[in-house]
Amino acid sequence: MKKGNTLFFKTRPRVRSFAAVCGSKEREGVIGGYADVTLTDDMYGESTYEKAECKMLSNAISLAVEKGRLTDSDIDVMFSGDLLNQIISASFAARDFQFPFLGLYSACSTMSEGMLLAAALCDGGFAENCVAATGSHFASAERQYRYPLELGCTRPPQSQWTVTGAGACVISQDTGDIAITNATLGRVRDWGVTDVNNMGAAMAPAAADTLIRHFNDTNTDPSDYDIIITGDLGALGSRILKDLMWEKSLDISAKHVDCGEIIYKVIEDEFQGGSGAGCSAVVMNSYIFTKMSAGLYKKVLFAATGALLSTVSSGQGESIPCISHAVEFETVPSDC
Amino acid sequence: MTGRNSQNSNNNYLKYVRALDPPTKHFKNCLAAFGVGGLICTIGQFLRYMLAYAGLSGDELAGAVSVILIFFGCLLTGLGVYDRIGRHAGAGSIVPITGFANSVTSPAIEFKTEGFIYGTAAKMFNVAGAIIVYGVFSGVIVGIIYYFL
Amino acid sequence: MPTQEILDILLMYVKAFVVGGAICVIAQIVINITSLTSGKILVFTMLAGVVLTALGLYQPLVDFAGAGATVPISGFGYLLANGAIKGAEKGFFYAVTGSLTAASAGVTAAVVFSLIMSLLFHSKTKRN
Repeated sequence: MKKGNTLFFKTRPRVRSFAAVCGSKEREGVIGGYADVTLTDDMYGESTYEKAECKMLSNAISLAVEKGRLTDSDIDVMFSGDLLNQIISASFAARDFQFPFLGLYSACSTMSEGMLLAAALCDGGFAENCVAATGSHFASAERQYRYPLELGCTRPPQSQWTVTGAGACVISQDTGDIAITNATLGRVRDWGVTDVNNMGAAMAPAAADTLIRHFNDTNTDPSDYDIIITGDLGALGSRILKDLMWEKSLDISAKHVDCGEIIYKVIEDEFQGGSGAGCSAVVMNSYIFTKMSAGLYKKVLFAATGALLSTVSSGQGESIPCISHAVEFETVPSDC
Repeated sequence: MTGRNSQNSNNNYLKYVRALDPPTKHFKNCLAAFGVGGLICTIGQFLRYMLAYAGLSGDELAGAVSVILIFFGCLLTGLGVYDRIGRHAGAGSIVPITGFANSVTSPAIEFKTEGFIYGTAAKMFNVAGAIIVYGVFSGVIVGIIYYFL
Repeated sequence: MPTQEILDILLMYVKAFVVGGAICVIAQIVINITSLTSGKILVFTMLAGVVLTALGLYQPLVDFAGAGATVPISGFGYLLANGAIKGAEKGFFYAVTGSLTAASAGVTAAVVFSLIMSLLFHSKTKRN
């Protein structure tokens, strides 16, 4: 069933299991106690940062499958993507597994896109168990999008820090205590922000657009949710999002949490928090789902945001198109 | 943005975003740049005196000073120290000749994973290539102008 | 050593520090205002050195502050322009090749040392 761009899943597919791997800087933050694997060395015993990213992703996927007491043959398909060119981490991680792979690119919103596609496939009866996974690595993202690591340049105060981490979850037809009830597909929004260091400002309109349509389509308002999570807007982007929502007389300030804003222990005033595909993937697949399983949050709205730019487009002076997909989760009473 | 898909490049929004920009710490940045930049130049001056004492002079002296400074710029980059200095010192460590060395060494090390030919060597002048290109070009123009004057 | 000479040397250090620092501060102000990246700021500072040298304004600064004027990348521009100007006296061929000849020490050092460093070191990830 569908209304507007919101898909309502009648069979309410479940999050069967979830797993997260996070880097050494991230382990000191709030998710350190919730992630399944925390690295002490961001190289992860590999020779390059790209290989380390791939290994993190692969580990997160196999952990999620294991925790769901499944084997490779039980998984019908995996949706995955990452930030690197030609999504090499995801496809290279997929060679470790026996199940089919569908590659996604939606920048930092890959996690919610993967979850909603997996839920749709389960709801439609085409799959029993799907994996949604994504990850990112600070060093590989820095090299691709910015400068060599050792270049002595200053970071502008608007900039964010790419999260080193990977998260994966198994979405199944009926096992699990967290249900996916509906999801709103994102539209690409571009309000003309060209500053590649100010991702929060570029992505906030996309997040606002998706959230507003979600509230309209589902006839809900922010007070119906226990928590509304955005991906990686950072401190500045979160503030802009609240303002944009306020303009539409929707007050999310009491419920809103941004993964980028909470992931690090100390948000130094030099930068605005975490970003990257791994940011929301790690926070959702450790902290949030654990809290939901424990019954602390009952109804959760998750809208990851992605900036769909490349170094070529920003070099050519293009503005930054952004997208946000929203997925709604609800805990299911255990007697069901 | 082109064609029918172009959305309003929302000037009000851009103005609002600019108003929210976190303030740049002008004074702190400039002080750090002054201190670190000045210090590197003082070290250069010290090298000049030392090498002059050792008997060098003229072009040889100037060349030797920059070679030594470039060596230390490269070494500190390799050791992973220069980017830490640069994070705080800004232009103070970018503008001296050691910053030029840093901009050559950092891609050389970074792209080593793609091999020594197409990685290290081909990408070595990723950042600094512009300095050589425009430096040589403007130098040639200056030379030609002076020749015909 | 006579005290006058020591004072001269100390004064030279102070001048190098102040002038070198001042050049960096000018570049920092440009970065603060325009948020130019490090590559661009290097190019513009170097070009400023070339232009000032061609106009005859940089030489007095070099005479005044020594390393304070030659160590910043604008000093590299000074080297290039000065080489071209000196070459122009010898003939057209030297006018064209003079700039790179003068800068050869710096470029050679950068290439050789960078290659050596890339053999010795890996790039390290950052935590802040």
